[in-house]
Amino acid sequence: MNILIYFEERNGSIRKPSFEAIEAATKLGASSIAAVVASASSASVLNEQAKRAGIAKIFTVDDARFGEYSSKAAAKVIAEAAKAFNADVVIIAATSRGKDLAPRVAVRLAAGYVPDVTNFSVNGSTIHATHPVYAGKANVTMEVTTAVKVFSTRPNLWKAPKELSTNEASVEALSLNLDESDFSDRTKELMLSQGKLDVAEADIIVTGGRGLKGPENWGLIENLATSLGAATGASRAVVDAGWRPHSEQVGQTGKTVSPTLYVAIAVSGAIQHLAGMSSSKTIVAINKDANAPIFAVCDYGIVGDAFEVLPQLTEAINNVRRH
Amino acid sequence: MKIIVCVSHVPDTTTKVNVAADGKNIDPAGVKFILNPYDEFAVEEALRLKEKYSGEVIAVSVGSDASKEAIRQALAMGADKGILIKADKSDTFAVAELLANTLKTQGADLILLGKQSIDFDGMEIAPMLAELLDMPAATVVVSLQIEGSTAIAEKEVEGGKEKIALSMPCIISAQKGLNDPRYPSLPNIMKAKQKPIEEIAATASAPRTSVIKMDKPEKKRIGKILQVDGNANAVAQQLAQLLHEEAKVI
Ligand SMILES: Cc1cc2nc3c(=O)[nH]c(=O)nc-3n(C[C@H](O)[C@H](O)[C@H](O)COP(=O)(O)OP(=O)(O)OC[C@H]3O[C@@H](n4cnc5c(N)ncnc54)[C@H](O)[C@@H]3O)c2cc1C
Ligand SMILES: Nc1ncnc2c1ncn2[C@@H]1O[C@H](COP(=O)(O)O)[C@@H](O)[C@H]1O
Repeated sequence: MNILIYFEERNGSIRKPSFEAIEAATKLGASSIAAVVASASSASVLNEQAKRAGIAKIFTVDDARFGEYSSKAAAKVIAEAAKAFNADVVIIAATSRGKDLAPRVAVRLAAGYVPDVTNFSVNGSTIHATHPVYAGKANVTMEVTTAVKVFSTRPNLWKAPKELSTNEASVEALSLNLDESDFSDRTKELMLSQGKLDVAEADIIVTGGRGLKGPENWGLIENLATSLGAATGASRAVVDAGWRPHSEQVGQTGKTVSPTLYVAIAVSGAIQHLAGMSSSKTIVAINKDANAPIFAVCDYGIVGDAFEVLPQLTEAINNVRRH
Repeated sequence: MKIIVCVSHVPDTTTKVNVAADGKNIDPAGVKFILNPYDEFAVEEALRLKEKYSGEVIAVSVGSDASKEAIRQALAMGADKGILIKADKSDTFAVAELLANTLKTQGADLILLGKQSIDFDGMEIAPMLAELLDMPAATVVVSLQIEGSTAIAEKEVEGGKEKIALSMPCIISAQKGLNDPRYPSLPNIMKAKQKPIEEIAATASAPRTSVIKMDKPEKKRIGKILQVDGNANAVAQQLAQLLHEEAKVI
């Protein structure tokens, strides 16, 4: 089985979820894995990173117009690489860019597509891909009935390979004709909030809910987040009240996250909130109401007043981490 | 400006999901269907653009007669007319293709969708439509400006936003934050009953995916709950130890 992975680049580096797709490819029983990049970064920089991941081959495209990312043009490049590689499967990490690209690539390859895959099972040549639906209240397992298959894989659920490969990946520059109309959507600017870890990328998240009473108390959340090296998240009630920006909202109308550790503080655990975080590895809840629904989905819980518990917990975690 | 809004008819977010006897779908008994919440942002944006530039707003849905409800809701918000593409939704690609076949003949300047329908949470239709119609697209958009024949969209990405310039006609999928959708007023709900909904009979092409099974996520949470009982310090230390030694996450 030939599997092609899209390597998503940001500021000259391949992003972690793209490396995670390698584990997914291995799980599918790939006999050969290649990667494709569609960016203006030099092949040598990317090759160095691909080498570490043990990728056999990298497809690049030499086109300065990729200095401004275009999903339309990138989809064309990925589809052409899939054809050149005779790919049976294309995997694209379900990042915000990946979710935008994968359906386009599927259409170009006349391939069936399953989004946001959280698990694969393989039986001979049959692949079953599972993805959460109805805000995580159910899972569907799908089979793709076309010869070529496209999947996007949910970030943070797979492990990026650790071992260093010594193999030099071979680099093939695709020759394809991209005209101006291929670049009719162009990313002009990436506006990142400075120095803040985003919930969608964080390995640990500390989320505060309405029970914290007001934005003036967010220092408690931030202190705990700092001691854990975590990003801060918020429930919708908190965002709607204007205490925190929407970019921090976790849940159905916010972001879907699956960190190693998710700490929900004074969050009731409404189904729309759970939709965004229920695939987290370990869930901790702190709530003064023993009947709060969040306790039904947590691994560890503390029934108590967040204002009392948080300073103590921050200190206890600092102590554990120091030793 | 001619604006098309694609709308879907989905189970309410508060629906209790029960798997049907066939093990592949949800049991529709007692389920309330609504206009997909993200499509409300799309309809609202279309109406605001119409108010600014004048023109026409058409709501299009693929589905059975029941999907007329979603169209009606868009009409009640202020859309001018509706199109129901009557077909079985065999899979997502088939829906995108049916939409594309109809939209091809419409000559819209802008096509708006929601970022995802809250049933299968796929986020597939907008990019698929973009390929099928050979159009530029921006998804998960929180801000939209029209400058001549260019649309400037801001898309939510990890850690911030991206600003994207698109040549029109183009496709935009709406995220919460784009606007505050209006509530249909009673007179507008009455007026919507008189607005035309064109029906197009169509056949979906062969599905490219099939559902093997649907099930509820199994709960495998440890569920160890500690009580403060006057000593916050002790439980805090206990939790830190558990996270360190048992869960091994810190
Ligand atoms: C279409 C739709 C989409 C939605 N999308 C989202 C979404 O994306 N994300 C989201 O989060 N919600 C979403 N919601 C809203 C959701 O239904 C809830 O209203 C929301 O999650 C509640 O936020 P909360 O838990 O912070 O507040 P509340 O429900 O008010 O809960 C506050 C909690 O704090 C506890 N508390 C109070 N004081 C203390 C204290 N001193 N110490 C400890 N605990 C305390 C209380 O016991 C309570 O459990 C959506 C709703 C709809 C209808
Ligand atoms: N059956 C449908 N008819 C019309 N538009 C749809 C349909 N299904 C989905 N859409 C549109 O596509 C968006 C994204 O849906 P999805 O790709 O299914 O998550 C929705 O918010 C709608 O705007």
